[in-house]
Amino acid sequence: MSATDPHHATHQALHRTIEAVWRIESARVIAGLTRLTRDVGLAEDLAQEALVAALEQWPQSGVPDNPAAWLTATAKRRAIDLFRRNAVAKRKHEELARELEALEQTSPNLDSTISDDLLRLVFIACHPILPTESGAALTLRLLGGLTTGEIARAFLTPEPTIAQRIVRAKRTLADKHIPFEVPCGPELAARLSSVLEVIYLIFNEGYSATTGDDLMRPTLCEDALRLGRILAELTPTEPEVHGLVALMEIQASRTRARVTSTGEPVLLFDQNRTQWDQLLIHRGLTAIERAHKINTTRGPYLLQAEIAACHARARTPSETDWPRIVILYTELAQLIPSPVIELNRAVAVSMAHGPHAGLTLVDALASEPSLARYHLLPSVRADLLYKLGRHPEARTEFERAAALTRNTRERHLLLTRAASCETDPTNPSEK
Amino acid sequence: MRFMVIGKATPETEKEGALPDPQLMIEMGKYNEELMKAGVLLALDGLQPSSKGARVKFSGKSRTVIDGPFTEAKELIAGFSILQVKCLEEAIEWVKRSPNCSPAGDYEVEIRQIFEMEDFAPILSEEQVQHKVKLRAELPNQTAKE
Repeated sequence: MSATDPHHATHQALHRTIEAVWRIESARVIAGLTRLTRDVGLAEDLAQEALVAALEQWPQSGVPDNPAAWLTATAKRRAIDLFRRNAVAKRKHEELARELEALEQTSPNLDSTISDDLLRLVFIACHPILPTESGAALTLRLLGGLTTGEIARAFLTPEPTIAQRIVRAKRTLADKHIPFEVPCGPELAARLSSVLEVIYLIFNEGYSATTGDDLMRPTLCEDALRLGRILAELTPTEPEVHGLVALMEIQASRTRARVTSTGEPVLLFDQNRTQWDQLLIHRGLTAIERAHKINTTRGPYLLQAEIAACHARARTPSETDWPRIVILYTELAQLIPSPVIELNRAVAVSMAHGPHAGLTLVDALASEPSLARYHLLPSVRADLLYKLGRHPEARTEFERAAALTRNTRERHLLLTRAASCETDPTNPSEK
Repeated sequence: MRFMVIGKATPETEKEGALPDPQLMIEMGKYNEELMKAGVLLALDGLQPSSKGARVKFSGKSRTVIDGPFTEAKELIAGFSILQVKCLEEAIEWVKRSPNCSPAGDYEVEIRQIFEMEDFAPILSEEQVQHKVKLRAELPNQTAKE
């Protein structure tokens, strides 16, 4: 069949429709099934089987009026069949089968139950027992409605690797009997931070791709944002969730300004701010307000969001409120002592108080073992040296940074700047 | 990708001083909440009747102002929302779940894709390059993540 064949085209369109329905419904279907089966791996398999059934039947029968109910009912029937066939722990399964049958008769779940199930699914997929990367793959699969192939392409990882990562994650969850529940009490904070970490990892993988030829993979950013927005509605009283959403919204607002058409990165101060997406900035600032309304404490995501907001509010680079950014970074460094944050603080200090002050802080980090292979350290140092007119030293540092980065585009930019140290005859004085 | 979902006007939405039916407001509120919970709704707004608006007609160098109301309700819009989804089909699926804003009659919703960065890339590059050159001299370091 050729692509121009009308039959084929209709079939393709229907296929895309089914995929769209799946994207909308799969998380809720899987969440509901997990509550019933208490096994997220099994729930996902059953949901997948329902999807396969839909792909087989809907081209003939048409898309049902309530596709979610259809998918859930089909998956539940498979579950009942499976439990009946399975002789192991027969009585327990018979009980479950009866429960499932009873549930099948009842109307679709109440909204609140669905929300609770979804939240439980989030906490299971992002459980700290799993490596963050596995959590990311599992979350995209269970809550983002992505296929393994889509996840593999997004992470530039071979499909079998992702598939194996997901299988292993599901097995770990089953082996360790991780309960399908929303943690409470002191456990909640720790578990929530692991959820936020997974979502932010997905976002960052899209926003500043660590490897490969492209600086950005915007679809991953969109996936992470969608997950963050879902979480913000599920846990509206958690300030850090709004902080993460705000941070992602504001960073994403710069998407179209931070890469040229040829894929070259454009630094924050080079960016044409008229291209920043005002809608996303507005959403980010609103999310910050939501967090502030809950209480006055500021966690790491909210602090980073507020730093991003300082840039977002400045119409031109010179309007940036650097003293405020220094305060925010200082607060952040107290919460999470980290050389990377200290490096960012040094950049802010250099902007607020001049390159000398910044360089003193950067030089203090020179012996930091965790930054030994971090390309941004020599890159920042190079820039400060350049501003101080110490061009030969700046050049060496730019080259060192270029040798350390794994991103092709970034390397090119750093080498360009290294070359400019050589050819630039001017000796800019301190600003 | 993003889509603008445009709700077309109906005789009810064009009625002067008319507010939406309370029951419909509740249903729309529930629907919009569902979109929000799914993380796909970026923005939404409703529009006042066209009697409160105007048109500016361009003809060469002249500009003519025409005050509302305008006839042909079907060609007018009564509200819009912006959805961020994976594909047109997903936007369609969401829109199909919306309540009928004109329960007694016909109501039409138009779905249009919004231009994204990559669509504009060929036009932007030149501008960006110039912008970059201009600012290069006073470039502070921003290789570090802001």
